[in-house]
Amino acid sequence: MSKDGSSSFLTTRLDAIVDWGRKNALWPLPFGTSCCGIEMMATFAADYDIGRFGAEALRFSPRQADLLIVAGIVNTKMAPVLKNIYDQMADPKWVISMGACASSGGIFNVYSVTQGIDTIIPVDVYVPGCPPAPEGVLHGLLRLQELIQKGETHHHRQERARRAAGKEA
Amino acid sequence: MRGTDIRTPVSTIYGDFTQKHAERWKLQVEALQKKFAGAIEEVRWPGTYPTEVPIIYVAKESIVDVLRELKEGADFQYDFLADITATDEEIEPRFEVVYNLSSFSSDSRIRVKARACDGEDVPTATSLWKGANWAEREVFDMFGVKFRGHPDLRRILMDERWQGYPLRKDYPLRGYQLFPDTQPIHTELLKD
Amino acid sequence: METQKPHSEFGLPASENYTITVDVPGHENDPDDLWKDSRVFVNIGPTHPAMHGALRMCARLNGETIEKSYCEFGYTHRAKEKLGENRTYHNFIVYTDRLNYCSALTNNVTYAMAVERLMGIQVPDRAVWIRMICTEMARVIDHLICVGVNALDLGAFSFFLYGFHQREEAYTLIEKICGARLTTSYTRIGGLMADAPAGWEKEVKDWVVRTRKTVQEMDKLLTNNRIWCDRTQGVGVFTKEQCMAYSYTGPNARAAGINRDLRRDDPTMFYKQVEFDVPVGKNGDVFDRYMVRMNEIYQSLNIIAQCADKMRPGAIWVEDKRVRIPEKDVVHNTMEGLIHHFKFFMQGFDVPAGEAYTAFEATNGELAFYIVSKGGPRAHRMRIRGPSVWHYQGLSEMTEGLKIADMVAALGSINIIAGELDR
Repeated sequence: MSKDGSSSFLTTRLDAIVDWGRKNALWPLPFGTSCCGIEMMATFAADYDIGRFGAEALRFSPRQADLLIVAGIVNTKMAPVLKNIYDQMADPKWVISMGACASSGGIFNVYSVTQGIDTIIPVDVYVPGCPPAPEGVLHGLLRLQELIQKGETHHHRQERARRAAGKEA
Repeated sequence: MRGTDIRTPVSTIYGDFTQKHAERWKLQVEALQKKFAGAIEEVRWPGTYPTEVPIIYVAKESIVDVLRELKEGADFQYDFLADITATDEEIEPRFEVVYNLSSFSSDSRIRVKARACDGEDVPTATSLWKGANWAEREVFDMFGVKFRGHPDLRRILMDERWQGYPLRKDYPLRGYQLFPDTQPIHTELLKD
Repeated sequence: METQKPHSEFGLPASENYTITVDVPGHENDPDDLWKDSRVFVNIGPTHPAMHGALRMCARLNGETIEKSYCEFGYTHRAKEKLGENRTYHNFIVYTDRLNYCSALTNNVTYAMAVERLMGIQVPDRAVWIRMICTEMARVIDHLICVGVNALDLGAFSFFLYGFHQREEAYTLIEKICGARLTTSYTRIGGLMADAPAGWEKEVKDWVVRTRKTVQEMDKLLTNNRIWCDRTQGVGVFTKEQCMAYSYTGPNARAAGINRDLRRDDPTMFYKQVEFDVPVGKNGDVFDRYMVRMNEIYQSLNIIAQCADKMRPGAIWVEDKRVRIPEKDVVHNTMEGLIHHFKFFMQGFDVPAGEAYTAFEATNGELAFYIVSKGGPRAHRMRIRGPSVWHYQGLSEMTEGLKIADMVAALGSINIIAGELDR
């Protein structure tokens, strides 16, 4: 409704509205295992304040979160745990891989370290750095928001594939 | 071993540690040799071998007795177990289990080693220090040296289903093993 | 066990021996133990928010009381000891950062000291003073994180925010000397990566003043807080004898009354030339550990101020061709410099054969590198003795008979750092 009383419209797809809502209210599950976990804590603390971007509602239960931030090393002993947590999260869900260890194994190309969490779960945004500065995490979050709005995340691709399959059937 | 002399003494630039304790070590090692005549295989001294503290090689069967004497004997009082680890020497006897002890009363340190061949077991020191438990488990996990009488000798750093002993020299640096699920809870360990 | 009214009032058959007992879980010799066959096995971690990342505890609960438990770790094992045997001494510096990542500078310094000890190198005075400032700054940061997170676990959020703000300021100073915040890789064998910029001492001293003020405020906020005292005093007690049996060191041992600090008892660097106290607790509970850490922050700030005063301009590199990284203009303009540079980074420098156990009072306790060298550019054995392993080992015994919520307080107070624990 405009000020003069005449009605006004914003036409958009329902999907876009939903995505807009989702991107601005991400509830992260911090999966911090090592060094990056400390920088992730700094991102949530006062000086960087991730709440400015609508992602301050930390949820330690996978059932309540829709953004998994994997901060730090995931070794072979931890890999089943990570897979388990990811599977427990309800759709739609997104994953940020924070730091070199989570993204590619980093400097630890050794017997115990998985060479990137994307060998276990799908990842939407990789944040480089060892560890990334909190600015980097915020940048990664903004990038994820962009991707969600554009509909280019793993979740969206999966959804489109599901719909296409439904049409064919 | 390019151009290095094995007899170069390890410099103790920080605090003249070796000079400060030289007399004490001499007396202590003499006392040990008197008490455990057959068990002390070899002693390496800081002046002649590149180390900062004397290394006492003990036959592995009497390692617990020697450690007890070092811990509780009035002249020794190395009551603090700083570390238990091992090295892989690649030739038999392949493993050297290393005990780093420290004395709070005299600020002195000493190192005890026991040699073990591949497949042999070493008596456990958990009766002396409860803290030796995990250190010995780690040695078992990484080197495959078993400890006789250990209360709970399981793998500690690696998954329990892991094959091989990573810190052995013949173990490759890369190549990992994945498991479908995480380690189960051992309810038998939680019984009284 | 509370005895309630006889059952006759509730219309039940009256009997002298028949009373309802309200079961107190964990009560000894309880004949009518309602929970007798309802012990619960609970798995806590490795991703539980209270388990600091990657620790796991399996416990048998009676109600909310932990009757028996065992701990597991290894969920962040990164094979640093194996890497120590496969990387040159210079390349291994970056891996030391990732041990105790809350105080990476302390690990850098201890590692550099360990290798220098094997090689018989004495670094110049200015480098030593900067190293001392770095280690103490790392200690302040680590303690701030530890007490902050411990308080956060018990619900004191603003205390945590104060600490983290001051920590950010410290990271600004650390960024000025090495360009990194957390994983610094600042020391080199025989020197430092770069000299401190002009005026850095002054900024450090200003930071000391500001931090002292903030820590005093934090002190006021929490130390006499009734809820905090009730949650921490007498909780998670670990006595002197237990500390010795489990090889506790650092603030956790000092909280139990073990008067041992390697900075004072086995002084390396220039710790003989600075004045500081060693705070020692008495009870060995969560509160004492907190108090020891808070007091150590003040002591560290004093040390930093003294070091900043005593620092003089000068060289930061030892003039030893074996370890000295050639200057960039020499590398770019002379053939010899380029070859030297190439050989240094591709092949590494040889460390004479020998073995040494070099211990230093890191933030959490005795951090030691036991390096066995057989000559050549790589170590034969690189053992890292992290204090956290030994602290974590005592947790089962410490928390026996405690409530789950108190276990969280106890775990936070012993400051387990996963990187140092799993290596």
